[in-house]
Amino acid sequence: MIRKTVGRKLTTAVGLTVVLIVSTFAYVNIRSHEDSLLAEVERHAIQVSQTVKSSTEYDMLLNEPSRIHEIIKRLGEEDSIERIRIMNKAGKITYSSDVSEIGKTVNSKAESCSRCHEVDPPLERLEMRARTRVFRRPNDSSRALGVITPIYNKPSCWTADCHAHPKSRTVLGVFDVVMPLAAVDADLRVGRIEIVVFAASAVLALSLITAFFVRRWVSVPVKQLVAATQRVAGGDFTAAIDETRRDELGLLARSFNHMTRKISEARLQLVQSDKLASLGRLAAGVAHEINNPLTGVLTYSSMMLKRARTPDEQEDLKIIVRETIRCRDIVKSLLDFARQTVPTKRESDINEAILRASSVVERQLSLSRIVITKDLQPNLPRPVMDANQMEQVFMNLLVNAADAIGPEGGTIALRSSAVSLSPVGVVQIKQAVCPKRHNLIDGEMRFEGKPSIRIKARCEGQEGFIHIDPMYGSAAHRHGFASDDQKRVQFVCPECSTSLVSEGRTCPQCGSPVLAFEAPPHGVLETCTRKKCGWQRCADIDAAGNREFIEIQVRDTGCGISAEEMLKIYEPFYSTKGAKGTGLGLSVVWGIIDSHNGSIKVESLVGKGTTFTIRIPVKP
Amino acid sequence: MSSTHDILVIDDEPVVLQGIERICRGEGLAVDTATGGMAGLKQLERHAYRLILCDIMMEDLNGFGFLAEFRRRGNRTPVVLASGYSTGENAIRSLQCGAFDYIAKPFTADELIAVIRRALNYNSLLEENPEALTAKVPHVANFHSLGRVSWAASKPEGTVLIGVDDLFIKTMNGLRSVELAPVGTNLVQGTSCATMTSTDGLAHSIMCPVSGQILQAHGEAATNISAIETDPFGGGWLYRILPSDLEYSFRCLTSPSDPSDRRQVQQKEEIS
Ligand SMILES: Nc1ncnc2c1ncn2[C@@H]1O[C@H](COP(=O)(O)OP(=O)(O)OP(=O)(O)O)[C@@H](O)[C@H]1O
Ligand SMILES: [Mg+2]
Ligand SMILES: [Zn+2]
Ligand SMILES: [Zn+2]
Ligand SMILES: [Zn+2]
Repeated sequence: MIRKTVGRKLTTAVGLTVVLIVSTFAYVNIRSHEDSLLAEVERHAIQVSQTVKSSTEYDMLLNEPSRIHEIIKRLGEEDSIERIRIMNKAGKITYSSDVSEIGKTVNSKAESCSRCHEVDPPLERLEMRARTRVFRRPNDSSRALGVITPIYNKPSCWTADCHAHPKSRTVLGVFDVVMPLAAVDADLRVGRIEIVVFAASAVLALSLITAFFVRRWVSVPVKQLVAATQRVAGGDFTAAIDETRRDELGLLARSFNHMTRKISEARLQLVQSDKLASLGRLAAGVAHEINNPLTGVLTYSSMMLKRARTPDEQEDLKIIVRETIRCRDIVKSLLDFARQTVPTKRESDINEAILRASSVVERQLSLSRIVITKDLQPNLPRPVMDANQMEQVFMNLLVNAADAIGPEGGTIALRSSAVSLSPVGVVQIKQAVCPKRHNLIDGEMRFEGKPSIRIKARCEGQEGFIHIDPMYGSAAHRHGFASDDQKRVQFVCPECSTSLVSEGRTCPQCGSPVLAFEAPPHGVLETCTRKKCGWQRCADIDAAGNREFIEIQVRDTGCGISAEEMLKIYEPFYSTKGAKGTGLGLSVVWGIIDSHNGSIKVESLVGKGTTFTIRIPVKP
Repeated sequence: MSSTHDILVIDDEPVVLQGIERICRGEGLAVDTATGGMAGLKQLERHAYRLILCDIMMEDLNGFGFLAEFRRRGNRTPVVLASGYSTGENAIRSLQCGAFDYIAKPFTADELIAVIRRALNYNSLLEENPEALTAKVPHVANFHSLGRVSWAASKPEGTVLIGVDDLFIKTMNGLRSVELAPVGTNLVQGTSCATMTSTDGLAHSIMCPVSGQILQAHGEAATNISAIETDPFGGGWLYRILPSDLEYSFRCLTSPSDPSDRRQVQQKEEIS
C-alpha cells in the first residue's frame, strides 16, 4: 500500500511538472514561430509598398496614370502579393491591381482605413507596427496581411504645375498592400502539429523514464524494506536488505539491518533463556516423575537394609541403597543445572580462584601421590569475571589432570601470568556477513572447536566450499574444492552468490585475489584466496593493537590425549572414563571461557602429558 | 486424642504412602494416609495428629496451600513438607510458610525417621509448655533465621556466620557428633550443609540458610560440640562463609527486627 502511494505520488508529481513545462514550451514555440513568419510577410509587404511608392512617385509628379497602373498591375501579378491599391484622402481608389475596384470609394470604417479613421480627426502618422494589420477576408475567411503606407504631402507636390495639392494637406492618400497568409498559415499548421506531437511524446517519454527510476530508486527499495519489515514482524530475523546502495535508502537499509541484527541478538538471548526455562520445567517434571518411584525404592530398600540379618542380604541391599542414592544425586544435579543462575561478573583475582580450586581438589581427592606445583604471578590485573565459575573451570581441569595421572602419581603444574599479545591468532572472528548480510559463519566445520567462515567456490560448473579459520591472521583454509588456479575461481556467498572477491586487490604476499567481507564488530576482513598463503588483514583489529590477557596453564604428566580424541573432548557427554565421568567437565569449561571471551587451547603428547592453556582478556 | 493416630501422611503417590507407612509402623507409629491435600484436610476434621507429613506437588491442593489452611485453622501441630522437586527454593519456602522441616524425596528410612523423631519431640514440647518454644532471639546484629532450623549473621568484613537453631538441637535426642563440609565447598541455600548425629544414631541434616563458599569450618571438635549444645547462637557457630548473593539469601529469611530496626543496629555498629 505504502509503496504504491509513494511511487504513484512521485510519478504523478513529476508527470504533471513535465506536462506543464512541455506545454508552456510548445505554446511559446508556436507563438514565436508565428510571430517570425508574420514579421517576414510584413517586412515583404513594407518592401513592396516602398518599391511601389518610390517607383510611382516620379510618375505621379509627371501625372502619368497609365504608367502607374502598369506598375501596380505587374506587381499585383506576383503570387506573394494579393492586391495593391492607392487611395486618396477621401477613400476613392485611384489605382489598384484589381482593375474592377478603381474609382470606387472605400468606407472610412473599412478594415484598411480603420487604423487612422477610428478617431476624429484621423491620425496623420502611424507607427510602423500599427500600419500592419492581419484580417480575415469575408469571402473565404482565409487570413491576409495588409500594410498601409501614407503618402505625405511634399514641396515637390504642391510646387508641381500639374494640379493642385494644396500645401495645407498633410496626407495625400495611402498605399495599401495586402499579402495572402494562406502559405504562412499552412506552414504554421504543420509546425503546430509537429510541436504538439513532439510535446506529447516528450511528456510520454519523460513520464516513462520517471516511472522507471522512481520504481528503481524508490518503489523497489521501499518494497524490499516493507517486505523485510513484514518478515521481521513475522519473526524471521534473517530478513536483510541489500545495503549496497549509496543513497539515503542504502543508509536506511543499513540501519534497518543493524536493527534486525540487534533484535535477533536480543531474541537469541531470550530464546536461550527460554530454552533454559523450558529445560527447568522439563527437569522439574522429570524430577517429580522419577523421584516418586525412587522414594518407593529407597524407603523399602533402606528399611530392609536396617532389618537385614545375613551379611549377603546386607551387601545386596547396600548396593541397591547406594545406587538409588546415586540416582537421587543425578536428578538433583540435573535440577541444579537447569536452575543455574546467570553469571555475576566482577573484577576478581584469578589467582585466588586457582588457589581455591586447588585446595578443594587436594582435599577432595586426597592426592597423596600427585604433587601440585604453583607458579602464580603476583599482582595480576583483575579481569572482570565470575569468580565462582572460574573456580569451576580450574576444578574441572584439575580433576581431569588428576584422573589422567592416575594412581601411579605425577605432577600438576599450575601457572598464571599476564601476557600482551598481538591480535594475530588471538582475536576470534565470531561474525562474518556477505554484502547482503547473509551469515558466513558455519558451526558445522570447526577449527579447534571454533565455528569457521564458509565461502562458496565456483569454477567451470564445479562447486565447493572453502572454510577459513576464525582466528584472526591464521587463515588456514580447508578447501572442499580442487582447482588451484585462484584467478579463475569465483568466491561467492553461499546464500546469494554475491562475489566476495575484492575488485582490484591482490594479496601483498602472493598476488592472488583477495576476499573481502564484513566481520562485525571489526569491520572489513581481507583474506587471501590461496590455500597455502594465509594472509589476512583487518584494519580495525590491527588498529586496536595488542590485547592484554591473563594466561593460565594447567600442565599434567598424565596419559595424554590422542589426536582423534582431541577433536571430541569439548563435546558434552564425551568421556573415556565410563561410569565415572559424565563428560560434561570440559564442555562446561568451554562454555565458561567462551562467556568470558577467552580462549582455551590444549597440547598433548600421549604418554607424556597434557597442557591446557586458558587466556582471559583483562578487558571484556 | 488416641495414640492410634500419630501421623497423617498426605501424598498423591500410593507407592510413597506405602513406603512411609511401612517405615513408620516399623517405628511403632500409627499412620493414617490421605491421597491429596483436600482429603488430608477432611481427615483432619475426624482426628488430631501429632505430626503431618505432606507432599508439595499435588493436583488438588498443594503442600503450601494445605499448610496455609491448616495454620489458618489455628493448629500448631508440626508439619513436615516433602517434595520430589527438590530445590532449595522449595525447602526455603516450606520453612517460611511455617513447616517444621522439609525433606527432599527420595529419602532413606533413616532420613525420614530422623525428621519424624524430631517433629514428634517438638510436638511433645509443644504439649508440655508452648512458651518454652518461643525463639530466644539473640542480640546479634544482622541476625536472620531459617525457620527453627538454622541461622545466619553477616559480619562487617563481608563474611557470614552460619549456625543451627537451639530448637533443632533440643528436638533431637542428644547431640553426639557433627559432620561438616570441607572448606571451599559451595553451599546452596535450602540444601543440606551439615549433618548432626544424635545419640540414637540418627543423622539429621541441617538446611543451609545462605548460599556461599565455606571459608572456615567450626564446631566439629568435641569442645565445639558442647558449645553448639549450650550456645548455638554464639560460640556454637558452624561455618564462616563468603556469601555469593547475600541480599537475595537474606530476603528469604526472617529477621527478628524489621528493616528499619536493622538499619539502626547497623548504624550503632558503625559508631562503636
Ligand atoms: N588432562 C587430561 N589428560 C588426558 N585426557 C583428558 C584430560 N582432560 C580431559 N581428557 C579427556 O577428555 C574427556 C572429556 O573430559 P571431560 O572433563 O569433559 O569429561 P570427564 O572428565 O570424562 O567427565 P566429568 O568431568 O564430567 O566427570 C575425558 O574423558 C578424557 O578422556
Ligand atoms: Mg572431567
Ligand atoms: Zn500628387
Ligand atoms: Zn549473501
Ligand atoms: Zn596470498
